[in-house]
Amino acid sequence: MYTTELDKTQKKPDTAARPEDSERLAAFEARVAADEFIEPKDWMPEAYRRTLIRQMSQHAHSEIVGMLPEGNWITRAPTLRRKLILLAKVQDEAGHGLYLYSATETLGVSRDELVQNLLSGKAKYSTIFNYPTLTWADIPAIGWLVDGAAIMNQIPLQRCSYGPYARAMVRICKEESFHQRQGYEAMCALMEGPEAQRRVAQDALNRWWWPALMMFGPTDDNSPNSAQSMAWRIKRNSNDELRQKFVDITVPQAEAIGLKIPDPDLKWNEEKGGYDFGPIDWEEFYAVVRGEGPVNHERMSARRKAWDDGAWVREAASAHAAKVEARRRADAA
Amino acid sequence: MSNQWPLWEVFIRSKNGLAHRHAGSVHAADAQMAIENARDLYTRRQEGVSLWVVPSAQIVASDPSDAEALFEPAKDKIYRHPTFYDIPSNVKYM
Repeated sequence: MYTTELDKTQKKPDTAARPEDSERLAAFEARVAADEFIEPKDWMPEAYRRTLIRQMSQHAHSEIVGMLPEGNWITRAPTLRRKLILLAKVQDEAGHGLYLYSATETLGVSRDELVQNLLSGKAKYSTIFNYPTLTWADIPAIGWLVDGAAIMNQIPLQRCSYGPYARAMVRICKEESFHQRQGYEAMCALMEGPEAQRRVAQDALNRWWWPALMMFGPTDDNSPNSAQSMAWRIKRNSNDELRQKFVDITVPQAEAIGLKIPDPDLKWNEEKGGYDFGPIDWEEFYAVVRGEGPVNHERMSARRKAWDDGAWVREAASAHAAKVEARRRADAA
Repeated sequence: MSNQWPLWEVFIRSKNGLAHRHAGSVHAADAQMAIENARDLYTRRQEGVSLWVVPSAQIVASDPSDAEALFEPAKDKIYRHPTFYDIPSNVKYM
């Protein structure tokens, strides 16, 4: 799905250490500025490679961890249709994670290393997945708001400068719109029901609205790495720009089905042609980034358990493959 | 920790008449698993009628730093293109 600008400790990029590097750097920057793509094995500044590995792998981790909040409701979906849809969506998220891991590996890092970075806590994933899914209505809310926010970020990335990342984004965007539509459709169904059901839907919106806005990351003046990422074309719009666009698009969607955005300061601003909205609780955001979110611990435990419990499967598959190969060679000899 | 399955590149033919196109990669213990993983990952929406999986280590790629030497010679051979030739306008089917 999406990754926020989480690494505030990133050092300034180490540019032009040697004379020939500064020529290559200039050529690289010219290509990027001309909207050309960088492909694996092309020369690239080390800082570009490192920041891409971080951004792409954190995006991949987000997809995989993102399977957990929704996976939680597969056995309790209210109808068979909703269950099939949710299974398909969670499967897609696994797929998205894998597209992104594959793309990241083209930068010269192994899958093992990426997975260990997640499990050790060294790598981050999107803050949104550290919130619990407390009711069935959370599932429609996530599809509508969380995938909706992800789409805002992912569409421009289809033309980011790194070829494998851009192509993974194209594939992901094709699948993401089903994710949002199924969520909104399920919200519509809830809002057509009795009063108690509509209250559950409103409650889910109340709990997911602000975390969804936080998905776009810190405000522009608190995002020191944004300028370099934009120059390198791996970030195409500012955090505040995308957040504003998301609010402007989503408020009418809520109003259309009788939901109320939980923001007393939300107000249409005719002059700017968009909504003014209330302050975001950045204390909460940074707490979740630090690992103090409601279910940070549960998410990481689940991932570690899945990895550990699956070890015998990985080993058995390798052992079986080796055995079959040995038998094949013996037969051929 | 590192008993990593090898990496395979995946190519998909979306329908007969078209060639296989590179779609991405999968890790798998052997060829059969690679086909099955590629099917699960890259064809959930009927994207293909045929899959190729190739161990990534088997792919030989041209070195980007050789690109100029390899591809420059074609640049000035415009006589390989039909538009290079003038045919009298009253002559048809050419």
